[in-house]
Amino acid sequence: MTGRKKKILIAKPGLDGHDVGAKVVVRALMDAGYEVIYTGLRQTPEAIAGKARDENVDVIGLSILSGSHLPLCQKTAKLLRDYQMTDRVWLVGGNIPEKDRHALAEMGFKGVFPTASKLSDIVSYIRENLP
Amino acid sequence: MSKVQSVKPNKDKPVRPVINESGIEIKTLYTADDVIASGGIDASLPGELPFTRGIHSEMYRRRPWTMRQYTGFANAAETNERFHYLIANGQTGLNVAFDLATQCGYDSDAPEAYGEVGRVGMAVDSLRDFEIAFDGIDLENITVSLTINGTAAILIAMFLAMAEKRGYDVAKLRGTAQNDILKEFIGRGTWIFPVDASVKLVTDTIEYCAHHAPKYSPVSVCGYHIRESGATPAEEIGYAFAIAKAYTDRALSRGLDIDEFAGRLSFNLNIYGNLFEQVAKFRAARRHWAKIIADEYHAKKPDSGWLRMIAGGGGFGLTIEQPENNIMRGAYYALVAALSGAQTMALCCYDEAYTIPTPKAQRISLRTMQLLIEEIGLCDTVDPLGGSYYIETLTNQMEDKIVETMKWVDDQGGVIKAVSEGIIQAKVSSHAYARQKDLESGKIRKVGVNCYVEEEKEDLKVELHPYDQAGAEKQIASLQKLRAERNAAEVERCLKALRADAQANRNVMPALVAAVKAYATVGEMTNVLVDVYGRYQEPIRF
Repeated sequence: MTGRKKKILIAKPGLDGHDVGAKVVVRALMDAGYEVIYTGLRQTPEAIAGKARDENVDVIGLSILSGSHLPLCQKTAKLLRDYQMTDRVWLVGGNIPEKDRHALAEMGFKGVFPTASKLSDIVSYIRENLP
Repeated sequence: MSKVQSVKPNKDKPVRPVINESGIEIKTLYTADDVIASGGIDASLPGELPFTRGIHSEMYRRRPWTMRQYTGFANAAETNERFHYLIANGQTGLNVAFDLATQCGYDSDAPEAYGEVGRVGMAVDSLRDFEIAFDGIDLENITVSLTINGTAAILIAMFLAMAEKRGYDVAKLRGTAQNDILKEFIGRGTWIFPVDASVKLVTDTIEYCAHHAPKYSPVSVCGYHIRESGATPAEEIGYAFAIAKAYTDRALSRGLDIDEFAGRLSFNLNIYGNLFEQVAKFRAARRHWAKIIADEYHAKKPDSGWLRMIAGGGGFGLTIEQPENNIMRGAYYALVAALSGAQTMALCCYDEAYTIPTPKAQRISLRTMQLLIEEIGLCDTVDPLGGSYYIETLTNQMEDKIVETMKWVDDQGGVIKAVSEGIIQAKVSSHAYARQKDLESGKIRKVGVNCYVEEEKEDLKVELHPYDQAGAEKQIASLQKLRAERNAAEVERCLKALRADAQANRNVMPALVAAVKAYATVGEMTNVLVDVYGRYQEPIRF
């Protein structure tokens, strides 16, 4: 990898406490050579978008298993747009029904990784979509 | 279709090695020699110390396990309706799910609750919700388990107040709260206060119940969620025991006698995995817990050392792929729980990997347990696998592994320190990562996931539970109506008293019971405690 290491923010918005998946993804991305920032649980969209901007991350990944992904992604997306971060890679993973994939992509979360996604698929998606 | 090939066994080639999840190498055959070499034959009888074969002498012949499906969604009224449906279908206990706002101490109209009201469980703002939720439920014959942790002290107060108002004698009331906050820091994540203050609140509930509600089980120590987060079966028990000992030590430091409360501690344990490893795990756990309570804490009452447990769940074992396979997995879970001598079962439903279970999925789980009782003979005799060379050897070996984990926790400076610094969290999550890599490489075989995969995706036959915005608004409207109607001065006075008790480091349970009776809300009481105790800051450690 040339230049600085690409930076990835993995965040847990909302009240959902399921963090097994998020932490596993963090480890996989670290092993793949990325610099990864993990927010920990219970973050507001404001805190997540602020962190993404302050750290100037290349990838923003949200993990949501409570079923509240639509409102939470919507709020976060609006803030990320305000911060002009639409050129970054946006991902969302968790308990996400197939029928919501389109709505999430419309918001800007083009990488959708429901439960049972492979780590290798997440890593290759990021590789292919980073400039 | 491929042709069936007959393969001649090659006797020169060694058989594949098998090592169970807890790290024990499994032989192709066990004999009496293995039992002796692993620590000897345990000739104790069920109902006798150390309870390896069961805590009761006649177990299910006397009374089958309690069937307690995890239920709760939307609001108190809809949940009440589902409770009655399940009881009408033969369920014998309740196991209540709360929404995340309730679990994290926010009222339904708090900004943090947006999008979460009634989502993963029932919304509770005040005592009024409990009055509605348990309306018409016979609390003497249907025991209620509250799956609540961060706000457990408040919800226990609410449950006791509700029962008292209905005319029940609280001194005789049975029931359980999960109320195991230490495991919330390791997995599940509905913590609120810093670790030490959180453990203080758990101790308050133990002390209060020992004096006022001695039949109520204020804590159900959970290995379950630690296992879900990545721990091995032996580690699950080791961590759970380290946690249970931490609560026990704190309760003793309040001047309680071990026999006043140890018998009311219960356990919530995971079931997924290898059948024999699981059965051995539970037998070893029962024996070891009885030894801890008798030898380290010098309890005089034998039932102080009973490992009473709820088992039957194991969400991690279920798959989103080929969801109908989860019905079979649930049936094996129930079989394992019955072979292990569980007091209570809450089976995972087949649609749980997707959504909150439908009534149909819950009925299938209930029928699974009922047919084990009625058709398959699981209640006929106690500990039917006891005496098997394999099970007895594995029981001895699993106990050694449990001791190993507990020693590791001690070496880290004890469970409270290890949790505060994120040491256990990091270890458990590194296991989860290894497990995921093994799943993806095929080293761990998972039907429908990495073998017997169906290329063509079937149409999803699982009915999803959509978010009900109108329902959330209704909940918020009734909360606001309650705030307008209640005696505001009385609420104010109770919250002030709560603050004073928290500041003076007194047991806050009496103040919580009074505040609950005045219809103070979950959010109001939590905010007072956050003011005094502060909020937990999660250590990030990999």
